Amino acid sequence: MTEENKKIKLKVSNVTKIFGKHTKKASQLLSNGKSKQEILKLTGATIGVNQANFEVYDGEIFVIMGLSGSGKSTLVRMLNRLIEPTYGEVLIDNENIISMSKEQLRNVRRKKISMVFQKFALLPHRTILQNTEYGLEIQGIAKQTRHEKALQSLKLVGLEGYEDQYPDQLSGGMQQRVGLARALANNPDILLMDEAFSALDPLIRKDMQDELLELHDSMGKTIIFITHDLDEALRIGDRIALMKDGNIVQIGTPEEILMNPSNEYVERFIEDVDFSKVLTAGHIMKRAETVQVEKGPRVALTLMKNLGISSIYVVDKQNRLLGAVTAQNAKDAAENGVSLLDVLEGEVTSVPSETLLTDLFEMVSTASIPVAVVDDRNRMRGIVIRGALIGALAGNDSYIHQSEIMEPSVLKEVN
Amino acid sequence: MNKWLPRIPLADWIDSFVDWLTSTFGGLFDGVSSGVENSVDGMVNVLGLFPPIVLTIIIGLLALWLTKKSIAVFTFIGFLIIDYLGYWDAMLNTLALVLTSVIISIVVGIPLGIWSSQKQMVRKIVTPILDFMQTMPAFVYLLPAIFFFNIGVVPGVVASVIFAMPPTIRLTILGIQQVPADIIEATESFGSTTAQRLMKVQLPLAMPTIMAGINQSIMLALSMVVIASMVGAPGLGEEVYRAVTQLKIGVGVEAGIAIVIVAIVLDRITQNAGKRKKRGNV
Repeated sequence: MTEENKKIKLKVSNVTKIFGKHTKKASQLLSNGKSKQEILKLTGATIGVNQANFEVYDGEIFVIMGLSGSGKSTLVRMLNRLIEPTYGEVLIDNENIISMSKEQLRNVRRKKISMVFQKFALLPHRTILQNTEYGLEIQGIAKQTRHEKALQSLKLVGLEGYEDQYPDQLSGGMQQRVGLARALANNPDILLMDEAFSALDPLIRKDMQDELLELHDSMGKTIIFITHDLDEALRIGDRIALMKDGNIVQIGTPEEILMNPSNEYVERFIEDVDFSKVLTAGHIMKRAETVQVEKGPRVALTLMKNLGISSIYVVDKQNRLLGAVTAQNAKDAAENGVSLLDVLEGEVTSVPSETLLTDLFEMVSTASIPVAVVDDRNRMRGIVIRGALIGALAGNDSYIHQSEIMEPSVLKEVN
Repeated sequence: MNKWLPRIPLADWIDSFVDWLTSTFGGLFDGVSSGVENSVDGMVNVLGLFPPIVLTIIIGLLALWLTKKSIAVFTFIGFLIIDYLGYWDAMLNTLALVLTSVIISIVVGIPLGIWSSQKQMVRKIVTPILDFMQTMPAFVYLLPAIFFFNIGVVPGVVASVIFAMPPTIRLTILGIQQVPADIIEATESFGSTTAQRLMKVQLPLAMPTIMAGINQSIMLALSMVVIASMVGAPGLGEEVYRAVTQLKIGVGVEAGIAIVIVAIVLDRITQNAGKRKKRGNV
């Protein structure tokens, strides 16, 4: 998936919101490059969002992140015109919704774009089912059909059986599921989620994030997610836009933002990131020393001797992991004239390269040999050694690769 | 007193304005007058069809259905007392006067309240008028009411409506404006029309507040019955008024107690009717 062949679902160009009275003068000053503070001083107008430009691809999770007051909630509300931009364009499927009539806009809101709110914003006088079908009801869809669709969407979020309850009978997490089900019932292309999980406690929040990712996998909606929580952004975002004082300061994949913060602000933002929840085995693995099984125990022994290691991974011709052999076992095999297969330790720990460091700790600490990293066809990609794991967590860049392509590096490493 | 500024002849202007209204809209006033009179009389006649004990039981059962046992018992005993004190017919007249005033307050007040909640301009015009209606001494508009509608129950109803309608309007506005902004945002975000937002979200959520307004209107209308009796409206107020002017303290207290009983019953029933609505309303 390269960026060039992705379809653009939503394009935001030059979108600006100025709050206050002298918006004309303020926008003039803004285009002359005056800062937010200067404009506030000169006109009394506040810049909510300053000339935001970005594109969201079909089916991606685009996270807009910033601290409170950075303009992220204002920005997301301009995407469905709950807030009217002072100027700028918002194109959804190449149609500019800013120039639409009320009628057309209503149609877009009903069919294409739904929103999930921070404080759930459920209707307290309606049951869960009635809440879920609200969007369909106002489109005049027949009762039977909208019941079915609402039930389906409640099932998706795991709220079967709660149809007849009222919102205040549900916990926060469940209420937000209703919010999500209500948004999904319309079958929109785009989901706007405004700090949707921020009001939930941390454990529930994590569950909801997982479920959102699952739903996203199965339904392929385009999701624009607002958050002030960097961990959340890194966890769920395909790409992240970082906002500060109404400006978008950087847009990139989580990895790009972590590895190449574009300025000091971003750097400061990410300095407290728990790297163990961002970096993967692929980031810290080293090239693995392997021996093909048919080369025999003598070759294995020689390799180990030359490299100064006490055990080596054994692979087949396609580089698929078979197991590991220790120097002692290889020596015995060579003396007794049996093949490597007979002395092979088949029960070795192997992980896919996407495994987060946080999930690696236990394996690395208990394994007697470096943990093997394999791809989905069990081919050997590399190994993770303790030193690299600890080094990476300490923020030492020399242990972290930005891509997963291995460079031959230090080989002399005994676990 | 400033002698070098001529006195503004506001009183004269108003006198001629009232004259002009009477002569120009006489037909309209007559129409309103007979309409209101018919509705009050109709109500009294219908309520009068039931023997007192039957009506007492019906209202008692209504209280039981809408509220709780203790209030139903109070209602039953209270109405029996009114009957045994000999104020049954007067009470029916008062009930009809109050109910008519309140129905008019609701029919006019709620739409006006809704309109005001949607348009700031309307709200700006309506609010000072409401202040006027609530604070202007009742006797001031009682007199022109007699000009327009003659002596009798109608000017009583008009005075009650003027005094009793503001809470309904005010609390309708308040109730609608109190609907949380994020809920309004949510309804907007799904593409609701203004009418859908109002009917499906704002009004249902404002209902408890609107009911509180109606409850207040009922109580204010009841508080006007003595004043209404001064322009010839029959009922418990008339009994109180007569007793007071003739210095019959005992009779005054009797009729006063009857008014209090009616007030408590109407208050408890309407208050609980608002809360009784299915759960989730709170």
